[in-house]
Amino acid sequence: MDYSCLLNQKIQNLKPSGIRRFFDIANEMDHVISLSIGEPDFTTPWHVRQEGIESLRRGKTWYSPNRGFAELRSQISNYFARRFDVEYDPEKEILVTVGGSEAIDLCIRAIIDNGDEVLIPQPSFVCYEPMTVMAGGTPVIIRTRSENEFRLTAQELEAAITPKTKLLILPFPNNPTGAVMRREHLEEIAKVVEKHNILVLSDEIYGELTYGRERHVSFASIKGMRERTIVVNGFSKSYAMTGWRLGYALGPEEVISQMTKLHQYAIMSAPTTAQYAAIEALKHGDADIERMREEYDTRRRLIVDGFCRMGLTCFEPEGAFYVFPSIKISGLTSEDFCEKLIYAQHVAIVPGTAFGECGEGFARVSYSYSLKHIRQALERIEIFLSEGNKA
Amino acid sequence: MKKLLDLLNDNAEFTTAQLAVMLGISEQEVKKQIEDYKANGIIRGTKTLINWDRLPDSGVRAIIELKVTPKPETGFDDIAKIVMSYDNVENVYLAASNSYDLIAMVHGSTIQDIAEFVSKRLSTLDSVIGTATNFVLTTYKQGGICFTDDGEEEEQRSLVL
Ligand SMILES: Cc1ncc(COP(=O)(O)O)c(C=O)c1O
Repeated sequence: MDYSCLLNQKIQNLKPSGIRRFFDIANEMDHVISLSIGEPDFTTPWHVRQEGIESLRRGKTWYSPNRGFAELRSQISNYFARRFDVEYDPEKEILVTVGGSEAIDLCIRAIIDNGDEVLIPQPSFVCYEPMTVMAGGTPVIIRTRSENEFRLTAQELEAAITPKTKLLILPFPNNPTGAVMRREHLEEIAKVVEKHNILVLSDEIYGELTYGRERHVSFASIKGMRERTIVVNGFSKSYAMTGWRLGYALGPEEVISQMTKLHQYAIMSAPTTAQYAAIEALKHGDADIERMREEYDTRRRLIVDGFCRMGLTCFEPEGAFYVFPSIKISGLTSEDFCEKLIYAQHVAIVPGTAFGECGEGFARVSYSYSLKHIRQALERIEIFLSEGNKA
Repeated sequence: MKKLLDLLNDNAEFTTAQLAVMLGISEQEVKKQIEDYKANGIIRGTKTLINWDRLPDSGVRAIIELKVTPKPETGFDDIAKIVMSYDNVENVYLAASNSYDLIAMVHGSTIQDIAEFVSKRLSTLDSVIGTATNFVLTTYKQGGICFTDDGEEEEQRSLVL
């Protein structure tokens, strides 16, 4: 039977994620040292897990309210005001979702009409482009550059805006580059956003994982931007809660209410058990965030130094848990480099091109692994380079 | 800088250069701190963790509990010193327990060897009023390191996306 005439054209045209192919190779091999996974290696802090278990013990196994438990929304509101200095009304401006992923999808679908343009800085997380296409929008890619430490500049933004532009995705702290935008950079972006009357989806899922002198600055905290910004955040990265599937969106009532309609029909409500655990995380989890952040920072320092010593230059990433070294000295394409590396030394990393064509010449390396594991991987990569895989 | 000790405790093979970048201080500073820790008796040495079970004829190990009458002036220290002085004694601890006071980890080539050591060298000490010998069958974990293969850090995360 020929399904192609029966299935949606847009979805048939979507490319499968470029990360997959490497995962498949790695899966078939023994003794692979992987530095490719994009989630915390920590398990959820025990006191947080306990609250999830306790809720099950008490038989809390029903649906939760569409927007999420009131207690959770109120804790999210406290948390965001406390950590990032922006206030949101728990009744109207917060929606609890199935991971940040759902929030991204809802936000794009709530805003984008056929033909609207969505500005997507790349290299970046893989979901913005397909979600835009599925919503009928046109993705417009803005290439960020290593010379600018992979930040988005106001000039690049201005140059990409057309009368059809409706939404800018702001993916910082960035997966895969580790780039962060400081206050002064965000202020420059804000001027352009204001001038052209567009909205911003600020994906701040790695907001707790920054390592520079300054903490993460939420785009919504920049003057005039709260009313134009939908902040996406969640529990996956900051509290090591990926498997609980819980995130949220913060934004103006007008946008959140539209997103809530979609969420109500497509999802109904976010997982109940996860919400009980998340309340505990927000109430008593600050020290856990700090402990994990410090550990990531130690690993980050080791890995950046290791790559620089081998001649794989990388700018110092200040956020998330990825480094994005240039592999250009090898004379190979990103795909070839990663493929040779996995076959020769059984080390799995992800080609930069999985995060947009402009990732060519780079590779994403995750440091969400133990120091021992990182050391072993670095040793193998060094052998790989010394065996002539360096031009 | 307890962090330096944590890192060394985790893995003694880090080079001073690696320790320096991880801590964000100079190599000179790392070396100086290590010297200070040694001078203050905080760092007592560096050894390799060996799983002797994997070697044929590598002998046996036992944990010996000793019930001791403390001495009026020196308490348990004198008797601990005597126990420590034997080369086949690896670890000695003073315990807060109502069944025994000192615990010693000893090794020997055979069970008889250890039994003899306990009965001739330890039980005969005049302040020792009782001993219990526990032979070790399997070492699962030591010094924070898993000694079994299934305890190896196995990747449980799925490859997604
Ligand atoms: C930049 C970015 N945004 C969003 C997500 C989605 O996370 P979740 O749906 O687990 O909240 C990820 C996960 O890798 C990510 O890297």
